[in-house]
Order: sequence, then C-alpha cells, then structure tokens
Amino acid sequence: MSDCRREWNREDELPVYLAGPISTGPNQRKSFGMFSSVEGAFESKTIDFDNYAVGRQGSRTPRSGSRERLFDTRKPVGQTPTEAREETLTDSPRDGDDANTGVEVRTSSRDESPDGKNEKLLIKGGRVVNEDQSLYADVYIEDGIIKQVGENLVVPGGVKVIEADGRMVIPGGIDVNTCLMKPFLGIKPVDDFLQGTKAALAGGTTMIIDHVTPQPGDSLMEVFEHWQEAADKKACCDYSLHVDIPEWNETVKHELELLVEEKGINSFQVYMAYKDLYQMSDSQLYKAFSFLKHLGAVVLVHAENGDLIAQEQRKILGMGITGPEGHPLSRPEELEAEAAFRAITLSNRVNCPVYITKVMSKSAADTITQARRKGSLVFGEPISASLAADGSQYWSKNWAKAAAYVTSPPLSPDPTTPDHLHTLLACGDLQVVGSAHCAYSTSQKAIGKDDFTLIPEGTNGVEERMSIVWDKSVAMGKMDENQFVAVTSTNAAKIFNLYPRKGRIAVGSDADIVIWDPDSVKTISARLQQSASEYNIFEGLECCGGPALVLSQGRVVYEDGNLQAHPGTGRFIPRKPFPDFAYQRVKFRNQGKQGVTRGMYDGPVHDVACTPKYITPSPSARTSPTSNQPPPIRNLHQSNFSLSGAQADDNVPRRSGHRIVAPPGGRSNITSLG
Amino acid sequence: MSYQGKKNIPKITSDRLLIKGGRIVNDDQSFHADIYMEDGLIKQIGDNLIVPGGVKVIEAQGKMVIPGGIDIHTHFQMPYRGTTTVDDFAQGSKAALAGGTTMVVDHVIPDPGNSLLEAYDQWRQWADEKACCDYSLHVDITHWSDSVQQELECLIKEKGVNSFQVYMAYKDYYQMTNSELYEVFTFLAERGGIAQVHAENGEIIAEEQARMLQMGITGPEGHVLSRPEELEAEAVFRAITIASQTNCPLYVTRVMSKSAADIISQARKKGNVVFGEPITASLGTDGTHYWSKNWAKAASFVTSPPLSPDPTTPDYLNTLLSSGDLSVTGSAHCTFSVAQKAIGKDDFTQIPEGVNGVEERMALIWDKAVTSGKMDENMFVAVTSTNAAKILNLYPRKGRIAVGSDADLVIWDTDSIRTITAKTHNSAAEYNIFEGMELRGAPLVVICQGKIVLEDGNLHATSGVGRFIPCSAFPDFAYKRVKARKQLAVLKAVPRGMYDGPVSEYSMSRGGTPSASARTSPTKQPVRNLHQSGFSLAGNPAACGPPAPDDIPIRPAGRRIVVPPGGRSNITSLS
Repeated sequence: MSDCRREWNREDELPVYLAGPISTGPNQRKSFGMFSSVEGAFESKTIDFDNYAVGRQGSRTPRSGSRERLFDTRKPVGQTPTEAREETLTDSPRDGDDANTGVEVRTSSRDESPDGKNEKLLIKGGRVVNEDQSLYADVYIEDGIIKQVGENLVVPGGVKVIEADGRMVIPGGIDVNTCLMKPFLGIKPVDDFLQGTKAALAGGTTMIIDHVTPQPGDSLMEVFEHWQEAADKKACCDYSLHVDIPEWNETVKHELELLVEEKGINSFQVYMAYKDLYQMSDSQLYKAFSFLKHLGAVVLVHAENGDLIAQEQRKILGMGITGPEGHPLSRPEELEAEAAFRAITLSNRVNCPVYITKVMSKSAADTITQARRKGSLVFGEPISASLAADGSQYWSKNWAKAAAYVTSPPLSPDPTTPDHLHTLLACGDLQVVGSAHCAYSTSQKAIGKDDFTLIPEGTNGVEERMSIVWDKSVAMGKMDENQFVAVTSTNAAKIFNLYPRKGRIAVGSDADIVIWDPDSVKTISARLQQSASEYNIFEGLECCGGPALVLSQGRVVYEDGNLQAHPGTGRFIPRKPFPDFAYQRVKFRNQGKQGVTRGMYDGPVHDVACTPKYITPSPSARTSPTSNQPPPIRNLHQSNFSLSGAQADDNVPRRSGHRIVAPPGGRSNITSLG
Repeated sequence: MSYQGKKNIPKITSDRLLIKGGRIVNDDQSFHADIYMEDGLIKQIGDNLIVPGGVKVIEAQGKMVIPGGIDIHTHFQMPYRGTTTVDDFAQGSKAALAGGTTMVVDHVIPDPGNSLLEAYDQWRQWADEKACCDYSLHVDITHWSDSVQQELECLIKEKGVNSFQVYMAYKDYYQMTNSELYEVFTFLAERGGIAQVHAENGEIIAEEQARMLQMGITGPEGHVLSRPEELEAEAVFRAITIASQTNCPLYVTRVMSKSAADIISQARKKGNVVFGEPITASLGTDGTHYWSKNWAKAASFVTSPPLSPDPTTPDYLNTLLSSGDLSVTGSAHCTFSVAQKAIGKDDFTQIPEGVNGVEERMALIWDKAVTSGKMDENMFVAVTSTNAAKILNLYPRKGRIAVGSDADLVIWDTDSIRTITAKTHNSAAEYNIFEGMELRGAPLVVICQGKIVLEDGNLHATSGVGRFIPCSAFPDFAYKRVKARKQLAVLKAVPRGMYDGPVSEYSMSRGGTPSASARTSPTKQPVRNLHQSGFSLAGNPAACGPPAPDDIPIRPAGRRIVVPPGGRSNITSLS
C-alpha cells in the first residue's frame, strides 16, 4: 500500500502539463484504455469492451507485452491465465520459472481426463491442519470425498499422487460473504458467479456463500431461484446462499418458512441502514429476529444507523462535498458501533444468535467483544477490506481510486484498524472472515461521480482473503495455523451448519482441500487478479502465504498459478436450520419468565380518563378495570379467602399463567403498606 | 442562635443574617469563615465581618455550610390521565427544603400536539402560586414540527429555558425517531440548548410488554422484565452517537443501571460531552422489590427506566458519581398515591410511573457516598448543587457560597441519624421507597432566599415565595468544548478533476438513497467552463451528450476546481 501511495505522490508532483488526463496524451490513453486503473488490468478479463465505446480507441496492448511490464520485482506465484475470455477456461500449464513451488504432481497413469477431473487422488507427505490440531498424514480422496486420512494408506493403483512435501494441507476456505449478483440501480457487479468463483479458487477458497438481494416488493423465492439458476450455470466451486430480507410483512414470513424448510437456507440478512429502501425499524427487527429464531436461522445484520446516515448525507451534500470522501464522512464509525450495539441488544431480548456482517471499525469490533464477554450470542465478520486496508484512500485525488474503496460500512480512516481487527480475530472475539466481494467497474462506480450517495458500494477481496489473514495474522505471530483454519473455514462451516462436511479434513468430508504455501510472496495487483474489476483496493500489497494447490470436489483446480476452473461444476449446498454452534446455547436459555403470584389488589382505584395516554397499546382487548360489573359467583375453592363486596376485576378472566395459590407461611397482606 | 422575639421571626430573618463559625464547603475548597447575608444575597464572607446591628446570628459551631442543593429533576403537580401527582409545587418544594434542597428544576410536559409555550405558561402559573423555593423549568419536546421549532426559539431567547428533554421511549406517544432526534439535537446545538434524553428503546419495550402480557405477567414485575437494563444502555449509546454526530451536549436523565452508567463513562473517556444523572432511587435502592408479594409496595417502585434488579447497582452508581463520571443527581420525584398506582393493577403497563426522592436525595448521597469514603465533601457539593448550576448556566448565582450569590445555604449536620419513613416525610404519598433506611447526615438549618426555612426540625416554608430563575443559553460548562470543536470540525471536499470516463447506464427507478436535493442526472455532461477547470478535454465533444440548460448546479459552489500547487492530479490513471 505504501508503495502505491508513493508512486501516486510522484505523479502529483509532476508539472501541470504532464499530469492530468490531457497530458497523458492520446498515445498513452490508447495503450491503457481511457481510465484503465492498472496497466494491463483488462487483460484476461471477460469484460465486453464494446460496451465502453469511449475508452476503446482500437489498440490494446498485446497480451504478451503486458507480462514484461510487471513492476513488482518479485516473481509472482499466481499467474493470470492468458485466455480467460474463453468459456472453457482450461489453461495449459505455464511453462517456465516455477522451480521452487514445491508441489509436485505426478500421475502414475497417464489417462487423466482432459478437463483435469480425477476420480482418485492421494496427497502424500502433507501436514494436515485442522482447526483443533495439526498432524502429518496422507489424504486419500475418491469421488470428491475424503476416504482415508492417515499414514501408510492402502490405496488402489492408478491413483494420482500429489507430493505435499511437508506443506500444510488445510480445508478449503469458505467465504461467507460475497455479492456476485447484487443489483444496484439496475446494474450488476462485473464479477458474476463465474468470475467470482474463479477468483475464489485462485485464492484458496473452495466455497462461497453469496447474498441473494431481493428488492422490496420482490418475491424472495423467485429471486432466490434466479440466483440459484445463475449460480448453477456458472459457479466453479460449491456455493450456498444467504437471503436478504428487504422488508417485513406476512408474505415474507411465509416465504422464509419455505426457504428454510424446502430450499435449505438457514441464514438471512436484515438491514439497519439504507433508509427508505431496506432499513427496518427496531420493532420490525424484533419481529424478524423472533421469527427467524423460531425457524432456527442465523440472523445476519448489516449494522449501521440508517436514519443518521440519511441525515449526515444530506448535510454533507449540502456542504458541497460530493466526492467519495463524503461516504466515510457521512458514515462515521460510531454509527456502525451504535447499530451493532442495538442489534446485540435486540438479539439478547429475543434470545437468538446474531451475526454482524462486515465489521469495519475498531469500535464496532469492541462492541462485539464486550457483548461476548457478557455472554451474548454474537458473531462478528471482518472482511478482507477491513483487515488490510484503511479509509485514508477516500481522500485520494484520483476519483476512480477513491471510489473503488466505497463500501458500507466504510473502511475506517483510522490506519490502526486492520491491526486491531486481526488481534481480535486471533483471540477469537471475531470469528469468521468474509470478503464482501462485490466488484463494480470504474464506469459503474462513476454513476456517483457527482453524488457520492450514488456510488455503487462494494470492494474486491475474495481472492486476497486467505493470503491477507495469513500475512497479517499468522506471519505476524498473532495467530497459529489452527486458528487460521478456524477463521477462514471451520467457524463459517459451523455457524452455517456445514460442518463437518466442509471446514474439516476428515474421513467423509468433501474433498475441498488447499495445500498452503506459507512462504510464497505475492504482490497483489489488478493485473494479476482473476476479478474483472480494473481496480484492486489492495494494489501493491505484498502478501506472504498463498495456495500452492487447490482441490475442489476432489479435482485439482489450481496449481502453481494455473487455474483450471469449470463453470457449472459448483453445487448448491443446502443447509439445515438450528446449527448447534449458534443454537445450542439458545435452547438452554429458552426458559420462560414467571409472574409473581399475589393476592388480588383490593384497595381503592383512582378514576382514570377514558382516553388512555402514555401507555403502550396492549395487544389483547381487555375490559376497563374501573367498570363495575355485577359480581359473578365466586369459586371460593379457587381463592382461599373471601373478598368483601364486588370486585372491579371480577369480570377479568383469570389467566392460566396467573395462578392464585396459598403460599406456604400464609398470604401476605396485600393492602397494608410497608 | 439568638432571637429578638418569637413572633416576628419571618420579618427579621428576611432582612439580615449572619452565620458565624461555620466551615464553608464549596465544590473546590473548604474554609472557615462567617457569612453575612442581606436581602437574599450573600454580601460578605470572611472573618470578623463588620455587620450592622440587629442582625440575627446563627452559630454554626464548626459545622459545614454548603450551598443549598439543586434538584435538577422533579415532576411536581404533573398531570397524568386526568389526575395529577399528589405532591404539588407547595408540597414538593416543602419536601425539598426539608431535605436541604433550595432549588428545584421541574419538567414541563406538554401533550403531543399541544403548544409548548402554553404548557410552559401553565407550569409557571402553578409554580408561581405555590412554590416555596426558587425553581426553574425544563421543557420536554414531545413532538417535532416547525411550530415546535419556533416555540423552542422563543423559549430559549425569551423564556429562560435552556434544557429540553426528548424521549426515546413511550412508543406512539412521546417517542421520537432517530432522524427526529438528529434534527432536535442539531437545532439545540445551534441555539445553545442542552439536550436531555429519556434513554430507553421504546420499540423493543413495546414488543416486550406485549410478550409479557401474553405470558400472563401482569404485575409490577412485568415492568422491569419488559424494560431490561440493556434497553437503557442501548438507548444511551444511541443518544450519545447522535449527540456526537450533531456536536450537541447531551444530558442523560435517570441513569438507573450499571450498564447505562458504563456507557456514559466510556463515552466521557472518549471525549463526548455527556452528563449522566442518577436519581435518588437508583442511588439508594434496587429493583428486587418489584417481585414483592405486596402489590402496592411493588407498584410504588415503578418508574422508567426501572430500578435495576441487580442489588449492587446503587453502590456502583455512587462510585461513578464520586469519580465524576456521572455529573449531577436529581430525584425524578413524581409521586402517585396507591389508588392512582392501582390504575394498573391488572396491567403493569398502566401503572403511573414515578418514585419519591426529593427529600431524601442529599442525605442519601451523604450516607452512601461520603460516609462510606467514596467521595469528599467538596465532591458532595458538586454533585448535589454546583454541577447542576453550571449545566443550567446559573453558576455562580446558585451552587456556590460567594459574595453576590443567592443566599441559599444549608448548615449540614454530618452526624445526625434519621430513619426514613412515610410517616414522617413531607411528601403526600403513602409510600416511601426508602422506608426503614437509616441515613446519616441531615440539614440542620436551611436558608432559602436569605430566610431561615428549617431549623430545630421545624419547617417554615411559605407557599408562593419561589421565584422562577431563568437559565440562559450556551452554558460554558457544556458548550465551551462544543464551540471549540465546531471550529475544528469543518469538513472539506477534496478538490479533484472531473471524472471524465464512461459512466454505466443505470436506472433511478429503484434503489439508491434518495438524495435530498433534486439534482440533474449525473449521466448528462455539463457544459464545461474551461476557464474554471483549467484544462481542456481531448475527448470527442459529441460523446458528452446534449448540453442541458439547467446544468449549472451540477457543480456545487463548495466544490471549487482550482489548480492545486504542484500540479493537478491525474484523475483517471491509477497511482
């Protein structure tokens, strides 16, 4: 990050006639595309350039040339496939300089199917790292399932053997937060399920959970099916779906029931922000939480105070601030902390687990930490962006760069935030890492060029997620490798009830396995990424650690920088409600409160005006306590003392929960004072 | 003490008074000095004062002389559903004086939709008729509209009110939305008012109440079960967030729970301008009585936010009060008779809310905080009197013993022990929530407006002598920091070149935050003023789209495009 900053400043110092779009001249523009963020960023992308007639200008850099222009001195480990625009995506292995990659694949029989599919696989000599322990063992895989784990396995012949050479063999990452189809003003992110899952696999993530985002008024079920259809066609790795609840009414409740019972969805997101669009009031949230608890679903919350944001946005626009810096200015981190606090309060009242998506600031993370100390059932999900970048770039003079960072809640301008979040992640106060990958192209971001509230929100991160956590947490000594597995994969699988099918290397689990190379160093750049966006918010960041080999469903999909993803191979993984990790404690806490059994109050009652004020309307219609009714025949057995005269409450039916019994030691005198 | 004749006590005491041999305790220091008062003002302080003859002399004999207490939160004569609280201004202020409090600040509560000014006048009339001590008023903002804004303006500028309470609870009645709170706070911050909040999450309370009633819990325990302390803490957190966004000083009335107090003290550590007010009830008792089998007793504790069932709460709040994290103490004195409370005998949501405490306030803090060693006598003066005077901008007229201040003094007896009981208290309520509590420390002599109103256990309060004390806006105690921050917190836009790349097609039909001002579609290219921008575009002008005549506003005035020193940044290429 510092590198790119410096480079930028250098350009700032250029004389006026050399800086600025005009000075770059038509030649330069030709070679980069008009506002191409990174030289060569359009290479190997599936963008349809014909859509951008303005920037095309005919001649793009020849692909072979772009390789030579890498400005990082280190040798990149992950190399972009050269021809990604083709739908088949099978890349020939790159020739050349990967002598030290360490993972060696040899096949004892040469009848490997051309698409890389292999029924039987043996990973030899690796160190299997699960969330709880690490051990040296071989892993034998058949039909996409782990069949044996141990030493000296007896395996059939003709098995493809992967030599891990003592490297870490970890469960494939699970990215719990992606938005690959989130519509914004009718546009969709440039990374769809194909592009997005390719990026995921390249980063060592073998499963994503995407957010289905219906608009208010849409049928949740229809939108869900639309998502599933698109994903089934394109996804290269297993996936599951969260469904966002954009509004609260009876139809929604019915659809939620169907989704949980028939479609295998157990997590739903509600919004405390986006006023007049997705935002729910506290009462609605209470009802939604209660209902989702009843269904056994995990409640995801986008925690920001939408009312205040709307006010602040108006204020900031009124001050003439229209650029991306208005975004963090109008969404200060307090608003995030406040909403997180409120969400936790609500969940405590309802006694349901709550999951805060996108923890972006120290104060929100601290709020979650404190609540966990008090015993609240709350999970926090920092994302790649908040773990590796800060919000200072919103003030960049480069509009496109500043806009690339726009996401909600915004990145905190406090540069110590990533470090703090890593610390909390390492000690278990935050549980899972998502990416909130939602990549928009610069021209899409430019919708908000005159009004920051219209900038589509989203950053990249699905590909960088695992490496960032490794580099910033494990390589820094904050976290051990087991915790690394927990936060990148296992905890997510547990919270969303995928465990132990996903998130663990064990017999019977899915063969989603990554051989992790802790020593590889990679410089993140938009030129090398799988994502189709021109910007990478981590541009120039050097990350230690990366996948050397990725297995998805028992097939090698990524090896030494070569991606062999197959669109349409990803399966939808249904999830059952009531995940133990979240709901076991809830079950024990589900004990009802009881009223105090008292004698009936028989003193005088003050006359009240008929129009009740100052009271909350009670749901049940009850008779006025003052109206005098003829006394019914009292059942003297029910109450063991007789009251003198007609009682105002005689007409009130005695509720079953309000039993009148004779307490041991006699009844207290209910009317005398003291 | 010496009298010149028993019959004309009021006449003589009204003129001149000398307190000899006392130890004056202010919030900053204690020292031995005599005090000479004339016409309700302190005229001289010092040793060996030269005073005219015929002065009544009170021998303090080394006892503490403190500024009279200021109870910053009372509800005397509060109308509630056609009835009023049993303590009117006469009864209430009498109880105040008996406890060593010489000034009360009452809450004006207009009904939603009614005029604030009318309600204010009504309260003034009631108080002027009956009050026995000086008083001031808070006005509660129960709804929000343009006419309310005008009335607030008038109240601040002409009527001497500088503090206004808003409600985050009482859904569908007093409760305000976050947006309204934001607007109220912004309004008050501009005009120098103090925003007071009743901090509880009304929406969740409503849901919880419905749930409790459904479960068959109808007694007073339902009150505390439906209003758990988290809801208080949550609302406090939210109020602080809104206040810090709007840069408005915040005053949280009725801090009843540990968690709410913790939130306030954390916010203060972060630098927020926020004041917390624990009340007599939360400092002296806890919420275990809600489960009392005696309905009348349980109901007498009903107040909002409720007393915390955690019995360690009073101790904790006293500690924070001593450390300065909580700033002032009130009583929230709002007493209903048992018959009035019984309106809610079958439904706890109907129980009128309020507890006593104006009389017990000073003694209780002395007993719980000073005799237990948490607090010194100067801090005692600060939390019972001085801080309140500072927040209300009445300092040093009130809240301090100094030359020129009002002669509201108390000679405090640190050793006397009293047992609180409803039989002897001055309130008209049949119940006292502190019943049976033994408190060390009591006022020996109370002087209000230069007149002795309490001595030898006899109260000589006179109805109608209380004056309204106007409070002016922008109290330094709260606003000095706010003003400094306002100057610092000027936000600036980043001057950038215009983005000139392609813009995706999109539809405005749905989605997106509706922006406040109607603005032209950003996809239209404005006519460029090349002089203003300083550089020309090489692009094809035809691609810029048809120039619209109303394009000018697209460049806001605040967003000047200048040539920055060192050259313009390239807005389109990556760093």
